[in-house]
Amino acid sequence: MGLDKNQIAKRIAQEVKNGMYVNLGIGIPTLVANYIPEGIEVVLQSENGLLGMGPFPTEDKVDADLINAGKQTITTLPGSSIFSSSDSFGMIRGEHVDLTILGAMEVSEEGDIANWKIPGKMVKGMGGAMDLVASAKNIIVAMQHTARDGSSKLLKECTLPITGLKCVKKIVTDLCVMEVTDKGFKLLERAPGVSVEDIRKATEGTLIVEGEIPEVQL
Amino acid sequence: MINKTVKNAQEALQGVESGMTLMLGGFGLCGIPENSIQELLRLGVTDLTCISNNAGVDDFGIGLLLQKRQVKKMISSYVGENAEFERQLLSGELEVELNPQGTLAERIRAGGAGIPAFFTPAGYGTEVGEGKESREFDGKMYLMETWLKADFAFVKAWKGDTAGNLIYKGTARNFNPMMATAGKITVAEVEELVPAGELDPNMIHTPGIFVQRIFQGEKYEKRIEQRTVRQA
Repeated sequence: MGLDKNQIAKRIAQEVKNGMYVNLGIGIPTLVANYIPEGIEVVLQSENGLLGMGPFPTEDKVDADLINAGKQTITTLPGSSIFSSSDSFGMIRGEHVDLTILGAMEVSEEGDIANWKIPGKMVKGMGGAMDLVASAKNIIVAMQHTARDGSSKLLKECTLPITGLKCVKKIVTDLCVMEVTDKGFKLLERAPGVSVEDIRKATEGTLIVEGEIPEVQL
Repeated sequence: MINKTVKNAQEALQGVESGMTLMLGGFGLCGIPENSIQELLRLGVTDLTCISNNAGVDDFGIGLLLQKRQVKKMISSYVGENAEFERQLLSGELEVELNPQGTLAERIRAGGAGIPAFFTPAGYGTEVGEGKESREFDGKMYLMETWLKADFAFVKAWKGDTAGNLIYKGTARNFNPMMATAGKITVAEVEELVPAGELDPNMIHTPGIFVQRIFQGEKYEKRIEQRTVRQA
């Protein structure tokens, strides 16, 4: 029941429009690149300093001097460009990047996001996430709807340290697609086999359900 | 042309002392000053404050300095690849200041460009903003962040000339160009050092004015953290 990681990525890929510059976070967001529909031209930004990120290299083309933000070896494409970290975050803060897709541990009904720290447990750091969420015009979050113990990750207020305030626009989880509105999470689509009631139970924050909710089409 | 060439890492690091603030270029293990790090290990200087986006891995890059307890404080944006780092941090042996990556890059750029402070939206409303001045511009809130400078900046480039001009390759550029501008003494290590005049002035990424010492690294391992390939 529900969408798996690849299906979440495939659904998010439908949000990507022709001509966009897109930053993909680590994890499920990276998978979105595999599902961008035929005929849609997008440029992927890697915040360590590359526009026009290509696929992973074949063994003979591996270059230690060419990696993405997840430290994976990658390739360039015709038309790619390379720049410094300050230029990279200049294009992010300056709102030149059209769409940011990233993962989250928690999202609040106001669109606050927490994804960088679990006090006393995980201290890896925020990397570029705070710059991205503070500046992107359009932020889509890919995440699991609930934690392993079943508790909701879509909350009235985040309990973990915040990455950014009122920034998330859309959320795709294993259970559904939601939009963040002034009044709470507005349910747009539900995963095949998942009922509105299932989603309501798994959502701690305010859930807005208007009319019939269609199933996700992949 | 002023000749910035020194013989080797040993000569390049003369004057590095315990307690200094150092910048080290690189993103992950990509574009790190491998030879300068080896020399820091050999010198055994301690109580260092290291400004670097990451902290290496357990057995390479800055991770080597952490293993030998040479680092007192790290200023970084992401340190997730290093178990020893996490252990020292959670036990309180190591002080860490985590900055949003763009803020870190801009603080270094500001340090080199003579800009003592600037406002950025990153981190507003989060614990990064605690104790910092914030201000509204055109209806949006921003945090004031201050410049970063270093006693020594260690950068790594692909090619350099005897005048200190540098050209980086691929995403090994990352933090190196900003750090080159923000060191009281900037040490550049390069894979290939050529006489002034051999590099096309149009292609220079870091002008030689920012570099005080340059040398050709003895060897480069260029370790890859995540070797990811597809079938041909």
